[in-house]
Amino acid sequence: MAKVKVRKNFQQARWNEPMIYELSTPGLRGIIPPIVEDEIEEKVGDVASKLPEGLRRKTSLDLPEVAQKQVLQHYLHLSQETMGANLANDISEGTCTMKYNPRFCETMVANPGFADIHPDQDPDTVQGMLKIYYDFEKVVKEVSGMDKFTLQPGGGNHAVYTAASLIRAYHESRGELEQRNEIITTIFSHPCDAACPATAGFKVITIWPDENGMPDYEAIKAAANEHTAAIFMTNPEDIGIYNVHADKIVEAIHAVGGLCFYDQANANAFLGVARAKEAGFDMCHFNVHKTFGTPHGGEGPACGAFGCKKELAKFLPVPTVEYDGEKYYLDYDKPESIGKVRQYIGQSAVVLKAYTWSMMMGADGLRECAEISVLNNNYMLSLMEKIPGVSHAFQGNGIVRQEQIRYSFQGLREKYDVGSDDMNCRMGDYGIPWFWSSHHPWVIPEPMTLEPCESYTKEDIEEYAKVVEIVAGEAAENPELLKNAPYNTGMHRRIHEEDLDNPDKWAVTWRAYKRKHGVE
Amino acid sequence: MKRLGFIVNPVAGIGGKVGLKGSDGETILKKALELGAVRESGRKALVTMKLLKEVESELEIYTWPGEMGEDVCREAGLQATVLGEIIKGHTTPEDTIRAAQMMKELKLDLILFVGGDGTARNIMDAVGTEAVVLGIPAGCKIHSGVYALNPKTAGQLMTQFVQGKVRETKLAEVMDIDEEKFREGVVQARLYGYLQIPNETKMVQNLKSGRGFSETVSIEMLSNYVADEMQDDVLYIVGTGSTTASIMKKLNLPNTLLGVDVVYNRQVIASDCTEKELLEIIPRYDKVKIIVTVIGGQGYVFGRGNQQISAEVIKRVGKENIIIAASKNKILSLFGSSLHVDTGNEEVNQMLCGYYRVIVGYGDIMMLPMSD
Repeated sequence: MAKVKVRKNFQQARWNEPMIYELSTPGLRGIIPPIVEDEIEEKVGDVASKLPEGLRRKTSLDLPEVAQKQVLQHYLHLSQETMGANLANDISEGTCTMKYNPRFCETMVANPGFADIHPDQDPDTVQGMLKIYYDFEKVVKEVSGMDKFTLQPGGGNHAVYTAASLIRAYHESRGELEQRNEIITTIFSHPCDAACPATAGFKVITIWPDENGMPDYEAIKAAANEHTAAIFMTNPEDIGIYNVHADKIVEAIHAVGGLCFYDQANANAFLGVARAKEAGFDMCHFNVHKTFGTPHGGEGPACGAFGCKKELAKFLPVPTVEYDGEKYYLDYDKPESIGKVRQYIGQSAVVLKAYTWSMMMGADGLRECAEISVLNNNYMLSLMEKIPGVSHAFQGNGIVRQEQIRYSFQGLREKYDVGSDDMNCRMGDYGIPWFWSSHHPWVIPEPMTLEPCESYTKEDIEEYAKVVEIVAGEAAENPELLKNAPYNTGMHRRIHEEDLDNPDKWAVTWRAYKRKHGVE
Repeated sequence: MKRLGFIVNPVAGIGGKVGLKGSDGETILKKALELGAVRESGRKALVTMKLLKEVESELEIYTWPGEMGEDVCREAGLQATVLGEIIKGHTTPEDTIRAAQMMKELKLDLILFVGGDGTARNIMDAVGTEAVVLGIPAGCKIHSGVYALNPKTAGQLMTQFVQGKVRETKLAEVMDIDEEKFREGVVQARLYGYLQIPNETKMVQNLKSGRGFSETVSIEMLSNYVADEMQDDVLYIVGTGSTTASIMKKLNLPNTLLGVDVVYNRQVIASDCTEKELLEIIPRYDKVKIIVTVIGGQGYVFGRGNQQISAEVIKRVGKENIIIAASKNKILSLFGSSLHVDTGNEEVNQMLCGYYRVIVGYGDIMMLPMSD
């Protein structure tokens, strides 16, 4: 391995940036639009009076009054206080499939031809955009083998909830909903695979792993019976172990009359390699904003593509985007549909970027993406497993890991009393963003979940592993160094977790902030 | 060659089946014997010692006379050097302490002792952390983390220890509760100190886990669920512990925290029952179910703190009528191992093996295997 570059003297900016409202000076303007010329005013008349009454403001806008330079400066400062994707070595965010988001896709959505259209427009006037929805659906159909998709859900969990709703509709149509009130899921599936069915009114039965880290097949067989509505599972689960029994599990659930939903939020390891259809699943979903190269985090925007076999398509949300050989149209004619799960037909910016990304990659490119993701992950593992005190879930079970792995610092905890949170804080001092540990409660002790997607270079992976090695070494020599970290990041360590749950302090709007903090 | 000490507390666990929640103190011991209690610790120890037969050639055993070890060694066919003296039938904690002290002075490789939390405290008083020890669980109360999962795993672990496969040791907590208060329904566990035990996590009992905020919420939710799902015309035998107590609270029923109560059509029809009383009640009803919890950190469902629900009671009620409810934290603390039973009856232990739906919240269930 060549010499690895590590940012030893990293120092993040800390601007202690005020809120933009606090920078406001009454009367200051960044842009002063020209006054309308008399001739135009005469011809057009009073524009405001032409707006419907309900859309007209009675009071002026309460906006911050800031000069152009200060606006730019403000947002540059804020950006320097983040450590997110596209800025830092974000292998940290395992299960989030943080990959490079091509700038070209951004230019596509900025194109006024896309940016200025509205979903309420007559479909005849947005044929191009509808074609993109229709063609992107073809992409996800091909990748999954499912027969029909909806892009309406506003995110991954939302797509999983759509699955739960659809399962209700299916069993109701057969007069079995009352009887089939149980959904089976697995402990390392995303928690929404338990939460969504529970919200939809099902009892949830959770399966623990067997000795190899795969969902316990015998336990699934023991749980499946005439009350089973469906199974919800991810594969590989969050710990990165591919479940080779997936098809057997599907068979066991089908044998008792249940349906099978495959949570493919992160499908990076499977593009062009393996499909939900061949494993026997009835439904699946993709987090379009993850696998298909569009940015995410910071509360969206997101898009959950939910697909199913043709037998279930009649229950899908309305409208669906169809093509009659001449033009694209919205089909509302589905009497057994579960209805709308969200307004319109799906987040258009995400769909457009994902479509652009897929077309740039091509079929071979998608498969290559999967192969490099798996290769990257296993190269990363080969570096990580040499680091004393670092282990990984179900280590030594002889099963090749897929695109992500859940590591554990339990060895460091036992020897030096430092754990995942301490590692996280100290790694920040080397310019590494806060890594994702695991969903709570921690089933794997002192966890860290990494996912080196296809867009990370060998050098990125080596840098990351080197930082883990250095910090694990520091833990052995001077545990206090980790316990008091970070020292060089923009933010301090959060000492009092309970501070985050303080509705008197935190406000999500300026109006609420003023009220709570007595600001005039 | 390994030199092994072996001490049996012959009265450990004697109060369990007769509903006395412990065996500490002479009066209780007398009461237990009057109620028909049987000395079981020697029998449990025999399971362990028989497994040591195959490594006998690599082993030297030192023990205490009669029921404190000598008898079990003889029955297991093991040669042993007998130390000290006792008054037969009247052994006391002082005998345990004396035996452990002498074994410490002999610098044995490990002292194997049979008992419960009270016995662990005696051993700790005698040897502190200067000797490596391991407990074979036979007491009513097993809150300490110094015990093997059960007599069988104790034997397996000892075999590995003798063969030099388990070398590392760790400090494990000695916990106990005040038995006086325990009988009044107040659980006050405290840490008394530490003993040094072999470090083999899968075979050694974890300390009973504590309770946090989420534990309370979890128990609240599962209690609502169990209470809501209760059927009419079914007899429910409600086991010991604070989880089942919470279920009884949801039903607005009085409850014996550390005893077994019986509920029919949402009314308590018998409180703080002994095994005998349960066996009398069961035949009078068509449908009977048992509601029990899991002992935190150890995974025991039967045979720890609820000996009243004996092998015979379980056999009559049937495996399919067992409802297990436990907080998510308790279940998480078991990661890597299954639920356990130790009814003292091998046939019933075997019958109970298999998968169970453990209720961990409202409509929230986890599938877990049970083994002996």
